[in-house]
Amino acid sequence: MRTAFIRALVELADSDERINLVVGDLGYKVVEPFGERFPQRFVNAGVAEQDMTGIAAGMALCGKVVFTYSIANFPTLRCLEQVRNDVCYHHADVKIVSVGGGLGYGALGMTHHATEDIAVMRALPSMTVVAPGDPIEAELATRAIVEESGPAYLRLGKSGEPRVHGSRVSFRLGQAIRVCEGADITLIATGVMLWNTVQAAERLARGGIQARVLSMHTIKPLDEAAVLAAARETAGIATIEEHGVIGGLGSAVAEVLAESSELRVPFKRLGIPSAVGTLIGSQEYLRNAYSLSVDGLLNSLHSVLIPRIAHRVYVSAAGA
Amino acid sequence: MSPRVDCQSASVDCKELATHIRRHVLKMTHRARSSHVGSSLSIADLLAVLYRRILRIDPAHPQWPERDRFILSKGHGAAAVYAALAELGFFPVDELDTFYQNGSALAGHITHAGVPGVEASTGSLGHGLSMGCGMALAGKQDARDYRVFVLLSDGECDEGSTWESALFAPHHHLDNLAVIVDYNKIQSLDRVENTLTLEPFAQKWTAFGWSVREIEGHDLGEIEATLRALPFEKGRPSCIIAHTTKGKGVSFMEDSVFWHYQAPNTEDLRRALQELEAIA
Repeated sequence: MRTAFIRALVELADSDERINLVVGDLGYKVVEPFGERFPQRFVNAGVAEQDMTGIAAGMALCGKVVFTYSIANFPTLRCLEQVRNDVCYHHADVKIVSVGGGLGYGALGMTHHATEDIAVMRALPSMTVVAPGDPIEAELATRAIVEESGPAYLRLGKSGEPRVHGSRVSFRLGQAIRVCEGADITLIATGVMLWNTVQAAERLARGGIQARVLSMHTIKPLDEAAVLAAARETAGIATIEEHGVIGGLGSAVAEVLAESSELRVPFKRLGIPSAVGTLIGSQEYLRNAYSLSVDGLLNSLHSVLIPRIAHRVYVSAAGA
Repeated sequence: MSPRVDCQSASVDCKELATHIRRHVLKMTHRARSSHVGSSLSIADLLAVLYRRILRIDPAHPQWPERDRFILSKGHGAAAVYAALAELGFFPVDELDTFYQNGSALAGHITHAGVPGVEASTGSLGHGLSMGCGMALAGKQDARDYRVFVLLSDGECDEGSTWESALFAPHHHLDNLAVIVDYNKIQSLDRVENTLTLEPFAQKWTAFGWSVREIEGHDLGEIEATLRALPFEKGRPSCIIAHTTKGKGVSFMEDSVFWHYQAPNTEDLRRALQELEAIA
């Protein structure tokens, strides 16, 4: 995903001289293509994320479009107040990029698990929050946040994420992509969980449950219409994210559902439990541990959501 | 070139502006019953010289791309900057009456929203220098000759982020950037030396790669001569450590922790204005 991002950024910067990349001394073997092609527009701010973010804001206030880049929590939490005051309050054209959103740096330990970033960034005024679901979405999201002036947070996976889409997917900020059609339940995924979600949907289909899969790449502004449509048209909703269950995609969807008075739909947030993560291991290992593997997702769906909707699914299947 | 003569003539209009700033600051903090009168009086002379004699700005075109950028990183000194901007004509002087009031654009910490002439909103300390670095870097990139001035408090040199920027600017040869430290030696709860000692202060900036000068921060002639000498060295950012007195200009407010938070009451205001009148 990070390669798709940097490729898109280089292409954009070719035709848009405003674009700058400011990194926090991270991005080895990723950011070099930009630095080599645009040495004047590439800055390594050093291991100094507060400064990196303030610099980006200052440059943006002089007409630049500035991408900041680091990994895990460093470009968001370490410099949160700079993001809030310098970037958001000034509506500065700063795009914050984090690589390894979720558990991408699993074996590096808790400090490198970005598991509250969506919640925190989503709470900031005027911040667009995007977590692309595959390399295609990552490229299109990079282009989309440049087109839209103002602060944005781009939460990327790391590398090797499988492609979910063909190349001709239509991507608009704030508009969920319907990846699988299904009328029984809706699985809403964001970011790097899209692939496992699609796999889980295929397994459900084999068991006779047709799942609609939405790639909710933009968490803010959320595609409320897609959530409400899912609530009206399918019998249950699960959100799936490699992020804590508090404040992320699940919370965003829950807010929409809770405020819609006429809809009562069984709903479940699947994500990382809110507890200090002491587990160490690969992304795959941690996904297994937190029930975010395909099997884990299916187990959760079968144990907590599907029993609540069995009757409606049955009726829906019988009616079809 | 004869800077001495130049500065003497300058002193007259700068002195007038400094007195106006102090008068406004006293009235504003009195009316608002707000804090930071001492911090605002401390920078009145620096601001007067900057706004009257140094900054390339146009009150009729606050967004002029070629303008010099001034950032008040010690955002709590907002009243003094608002006063300077109003006196220069960026917005009506009457608007100063709304300082701190419900619905006003003039927040207690400096804010850009709806206030022409304010480049950056600050208030949380340790933010302004990073933004200034970004503006200076953008200026270099675009080959524009505007300059960036960032006014820091001594207290905010406790912030680690200040020193992140202090590393950055010399590395990138930002000689279009100048830091001015309002070194009044008093912070929120106590004197600087009793909180976190900054000394040897000038040596710290020098060691980080800045070209440093120390001045008497209330000597209008010295302030102007120093600011006119920028950059002190080609290829290096400049740092001016201005030795100042918190509460400067009002005898009973000078060099006192008390007047960091205390707002002047009616009697304080009367006495303070009387003192300013006497020296004007």
